Amino acid sequence: MRKASPLAHRSRPHHVWARFRRHKMAYLGLWFLLLVTILTLLGPMIWTLDPTTLDIAAKHQGPSLRHPMGTDQLGRDLFAAMMIGGRTSLMVGFMAMFLSLVLGTCVGMIAAVFKPLDGPLMRLTDLFLALPMLPLLLVVIMLWRDSLRTAFGPESGVFILVVCVISITSWMQTARIVRGEVLALKEREFILAAISLGAGPRHLIWQHILPNVLSPIFVSATLGFASAILTESALSFLGLGFPSDFPTWGRLLFDGTNYMTLTPARVIWPGLALSLTVLSVNYIGDGLRDAMDPRADTQ
Amino acid sequence: MTLKSTLLAAVAVATISVMAARAERGADGHLNLLYWQAPSILNPFLSGGIKDTEASSMILEPLARHDENGQLVPWLVREIPTVENGGVSADMTTITWRITPGLKWSDGTKFTADDVVFTAKYCMSPEGGCQQESKFFDVKTVDALDDLTVKVTFEKPKPYPYGPFVGHDSPILQKEQFKNCVGAAAPNCTAENFAPRGTGPFRVTDFKANDVLTLEANPFYRDPGKPGFATVTLKGGGDAAGAARAVLQTGEFDYAWNLQIDPSLLAEMAKGGKGEVITAFGAAVERMQVNLTNPDPALGPDRSTLKGGAHPFLTDPIVTKSLSMAIDRTVLAEVGYGAAGKPTCNVLPAPALYRSAANDDCLIQDIPKANQMLDDAGWLRGSDGIRSKDGVRLSILFQTSTNAVRQDTQALVKSWWTKLGIEVELKNVAPAVYFGGSQSSPDTYQKHYADIGMFTNTFTGSDPETYMKNWTCAQIPAPENNWLGFNIPRFCNADYDALADKMSQTAVLEDRAALAIAMNDMLVQNGALIPLVHRGDVSARAKNLTGVRMNSWDSELWNIADWGRAQ
Repeated sequence: MRKASPLAHRSRPHHVWARFRRHKMAYLGLWFLLLVTILTLLGPMIWTLDPTTLDIAAKHQGPSLRHPMGTDQLGRDLFAAMMIGGRTSLMVGFMAMFLSLVLGTCVGMIAAVFKPLDGPLMRLTDLFLALPMLPLLLVVIMLWRDSLRTAFGPESGVFILVVCVISITSWMQTARIVRGEVLALKEREFILAAISLGAGPRHLIWQHILPNVLSPIFVSATLGFASAILTESALSFLGLGFPSDFPTWGRLLFDGTNYMTLTPARVIWPGLALSLTVLSVNYIGDGLRDAMDPRADTQ
Repeated sequence: MTLKSTLLAAVAVATISVMAARAERGADGHLNLLYWQAPSILNPFLSGGIKDTEASSMILEPLARHDENGQLVPWLVREIPTVENGGVSADMTTITWRITPGLKWSDGTKFTADDVVFTAKYCMSPEGGCQQESKFFDVKTVDALDDLTVKVTFEKPKPYPYGPFVGHDSPILQKEQFKNCVGAAAPNCTAENFAPRGTGPFRVTDFKANDVLTLEANPFYRDPGKPGFATVTLKGGGDAAGAARAVLQTGEFDYAWNLQIDPSLLAEMAKGGKGEVITAFGAAVERMQVNLTNPDPALGPDRSTLKGGAHPFLTDPIVTKSLSMAIDRTVLAEVGYGAAGKPTCNVLPAPALYRSAANDDCLIQDIPKANQMLDDAGWLRGSDGIRSKDGVRLSILFQTSTNAVRQDTQALVKSWWTKLGIEVELKNVAPAVYFGGSQSSPDTYQKHYADIGMFTNTFTGSDPETYMKNWTCAQIPAPENNWLGFNIPRFCNADYDALADKMSQTAVLEDRAALAIAMNDMLVQNGALIPLVHRGDVSARAKNLTGVRMNSWDSELWNIADWGRAQ
């Protein structure tokens, strides 16, 4: 399948990229995500105001040159908090996405390739799907926050916990998708051919199956990224997750809601950042799916 | 024919006169109250929650209560018994209440001394789980001398005998209704606990626990012209900000209770013009509870208990003194509480008689001096800027409930303590968990698995004797007593216990005040508590609501019979 179109002169990644660029929204989304990532990574080095510095005299300020996005009720700079907070939110998103992807792909792949494990693994997936997310998160955080805090310090401890918790509760969709795709692939001629040529399961998975299920995996990855950011903000919104003086987009939004009428900027900016990031990631997923669709070659 | 028409005329006149009498009571129509923490039960003896005792105070009444100035006023009795008028015996072991004649329950039956005696029996029954038991401490017997006279005998001289039957948390229950609900049966009497009959201005028509309570004027209320409102709805749920908005901006509700939100927001909402913000000061103090025992998770079940040993650094008074000195209480009060907060250095800031003046130097923030004190005591800054001594780092876990104002306070305090070279980690716990008292949760304020905790506490009535007893050794929460007790700092000092004991044997008011002040100073100067802000209660009322006299010493709804609506 990888060499399905012998007439193509360009390499496959190149090809995919060319097609991805034709999807305008996805292309735009990619640039936006890049911009946000660069801003959150490098921004705090240029905009050196510390988001935890208090300045009571400058509380509840609207946008100004000194504070481009205004200040909060204790005079903390919202722009600085947005950049530092974005760093955490995006990190949580990427890490949780990566973990849940690995977990989901493994489970789905094993279930589809090794028949005897299919039943138990899929029932496990159903079990996880049936668990109510939020209460589970609350319990897990209550149980392990203290031990992780002492082991890794307050911020990284909670970071590890939040990332693990999100990925453990969000791998199931990926697992199901991967299993379905692989089951369908297994019946295709080229796989049968590979098997009859004596390919072992490892060779089969790495050389033939995995490359062909990459596109659904990428798509579910983008969805997972979006939902991880949202789950983190939900946790922060509930006052769980990170300490109260540690900004994330979700926490900024949560703190801002009370002051919505006084300083609307405090909900607009984090809300905008959250929704645009999630939206652009979704578009990227969309574009990737279209671009990687093998049938698009034969159009 | 003539007889018939005369009779008809008589009936008509009678109807009109009844209508006229009714027209006064309930003339102001409907009243909408908003308590964003919804009441879950209407029997205050089975609930410690303010939301429940406040809601039930429209229905049930005590013999006497405190007005908005903290003065005792007779409510169902003719006068407040004192030694002078013979109501309290000279040896201070008995108090005799003389009930106002002619009082009726909301079902029309007579209110008698028997009901009062029954109420005491109800709360003092050991299996009943009475939450107001402390009101009945040292009560030996309660007897009805006749239909309208009740005598309470104490086991020892009681210099302040106004515990039982005083205040909205110790009202009178009807014997007829609750006679089968004594002891272990108490919590199972759902019908009774959800709709108690009372002597108050209103009676229950419908109650959905944790949601909404509807009431109608009590037709047998002692004053034929009251209450002003015919019906009342008390809606629960939502949050403080939403409640404030509902009264101040949209005018959907007439009264909202407990509005602890950012004062600048409250001021902004008040510009809506539909209502106004009202405050009243009791003795509530937002304070830090210093943990004098070791909260190290490695100690397992002995964590934060006397058994687990002393705290590595918070038992050093120099450390707690400098922590206190680095705080700018004026800023905390302004930012978090506005008109409803005053900086304070005392755990017991009111009534005026009990207010100590010995700690007032903490009102002025002095970070350089605090730094100097720590330097002198050998707490030196390490390479990371954090002070330590003999391998002990000054690193503090500062925990409180989730609440925007408290998180602001945390952030401010952290910025000041960081300047002292102290590492601070903030943690906030959902209020339902923090104050929930669950035995299985590690995050309750009683377990105090942190270095410093922060919340508000106060006492009802105007006598602080029971309140000051909170910091005796016996009140320390520990696994042995199921983590009950209010001595959150785990402060255990024989001198303090002796003072508390002495106070319960002292009658002269001035001497009692001197003892209370000495105890307050001991708590503050030993660093068990770091008082921050003397908090008032904040509520909001609609502009056209009249008769509201906001009261911090009793229920805010204490005089709801007098409320009305301006035309």
